[in-house]
Amino acid sequence: MRRRQVFGLPVRVAVALALFVVVMLALPGFVGNYLLSVLVVFLFAAAIGQAWNIMMGFAGQLSLGHALYLGLGAYLSGALFQHFGVLPWVGMLAGVIVSGLAGGIIGVLSFRFGVTGVYFALITIAFNEFTRILFDHLDWFGGSAGLFLPVAHVTHNDILHLRGSPAMFYYLLLALCLASLGLSRALLRRRTGFYWLAIREDQEAAQALGINIFRYKLAAIVLSAMLTSIAGTLMAFYDNNLYPDTVFTTARSVEIIIGPFVGGLGTLFGPILGAFVLTGLGEAMTSVSAAIGVAGVKQWLYGAVLLLIIVAQPSGLWPWLRARLGLEEG
Amino acid sequence: MAEPLLAITGIGKRFRGLQAVDNVSFAVPAGGIVGLIGPNGAGKTTTFNLIAGVYRPDTGRIRLDGRDITGFRPDQACRAGVGRTFQLVRPFGALSVLENVMIGAFHHDRSPATARQRAVEILERLDLAEKARAEAHSLTLPERKRLEVARALATGPRILLLDEVMAGLRPTEIDGMVRTFTDLSRETGLAILLTEHVMRAVMALSHHIVVLHHGQKICEGTPETVARDPQVIECYLGAGAAA
Repeated sequence: MRRRQVFGLPVRVAVALALFVVVMLALPGFVGNYLLSVLVVFLFAAAIGQAWNIMMGFAGQLSLGHALYLGLGAYLSGALFQHFGVLPWVGMLAGVIVSGLAGGIIGVLSFRFGVTGVYFALITIAFNEFTRILFDHLDWFGGSAGLFLPVAHVTHNDILHLRGSPAMFYYLLLALCLASLGLSRALLRRRTGFYWLAIREDQEAAQALGINIFRYKLAAIVLSAMLTSIAGTLMAFYDNNLYPDTVFTTARSVEIIIGPFVGGLGTLFGPILGAFVLTGLGEAMTSVSAAIGVAGVKQWLYGAVLLLIIVAQPSGLWPWLRARLGLEEG
Repeated sequence: MAEPLLAITGIGKRFRGLQAVDNVSFAVPAGGIVGLIGPNGAGKTTTFNLIAGVYRPDTGRIRLDGRDITGFRPDQACRAGVGRTFQLVRPFGALSVLENVMIGAFHHDRSPATARQRAVEILERLDLAEKARAEAHSLTLPERKRLEVARALATGPRILLLDEVMAGLRPTEIDGMVRTFTDLSRETGLAILLTEHVMRAVMALSHHIVVLHHGQKICEGTPETVARDPQVIECYLGAGAAA
């Protein structure tokens, strides 16, 4: 039952993906500054959601503390750049290594001692929280007053130093999203991906089939932490200011996971679609609430629409949309 | 005499105040089919879990093919050659039947193509080939039981532990399963250790039967010997079986 394929993808999927990439590549040429900044927010959410999805969507390990890795990536590269002028890309590598280690420590502590489910999620929150408090008191990282990167007057895009226009960040983030998409797909089609799904579905049955569940769960958390950290570095150089209370907040960790849930947990395109819908929804609700003129109405509307989506499509919007478009996730 | 494939000597396991398995010894020869029977709570499933590495025995040794596997983790036991099914079936519900079996088959070869091919062959053997693309949670109970066996078989075990795979099946389905296991054992030299309450299956399949009661072995022998043993009749088979 082999269907026609293009680059290993069913034709319809390949066409849809190509269309998506072309539209995304062209978009900055057609939108103003405001919309571009919204699109950057969307791509940040998509990239981080994809990273988180590897851990929860594929391997079934719920992290409620992903802001930890985002913050480590942001702070390390930001501080190294500010103090020593270390290139952001080198700082990114440092962030990736430290985040991978942090994920590894959390994983070893939890998985070695059989901590699973809700208790594992609590541990991820704990690490997230005490890292926030730690950074509040580390002067080298600016402490609670925050870390500020020198804002250069942008005359041209300097990719080497990550100083440039929002459009430059847009394309860097788009590249990260597409790379994550390719990586996720490649992993899901290999033994590692199958083993992750088995662990997600039933850990004990997976173990009885010879899977070293400790090793595979550890791989998932380390990889997810590393990918999140990359987005963190880009965030540091896009925002130029970092405060422990906004970077490491648990609210951000929760925000990270809503996208993949709305889009479709464990699917390849779900986190991207979820991020798109939520970012768009957030902006739309801002306008609506401004029109109504009641403070706080935005959060209320946002919550209501979120609730509707989850009630109507509990397994996410992407599986539903995918069926409508006649695509299969290959 | 050569060492049997699976040699269990004096294993015991205590849960709080309950001695679930008490100094039990038996053996399964290469290619042999051994039945483990006894009333509910006799320690059959605990014995399985000790062999498959879910629990570590308090006493005794478990040897597979001359190698000491006592206290192995479940994944290590699987790698050593122990395949097992669960009494309450545990399919990977959201995955297809084929994917379920592929996960077992990856044990041998990390290549998805090879695992897929191996999985297809095993599904054919267990009459599940038509269901290959179905999601595992959509299967009927008899199909789930067969999937459980297929998945364990895919890991290429030396010995297969079957925990009540016939429970809930209709008589014709039971006969089908018995035939499948007899053929498997004969054609591939696979050894089987099974617990089962369906006597019709146990008697038809087993070359040798071990009877547990209150965690202790009370009798073992050929199906005919065991069926005539007064102690077994009293505690398990019931008076009717003697008639």
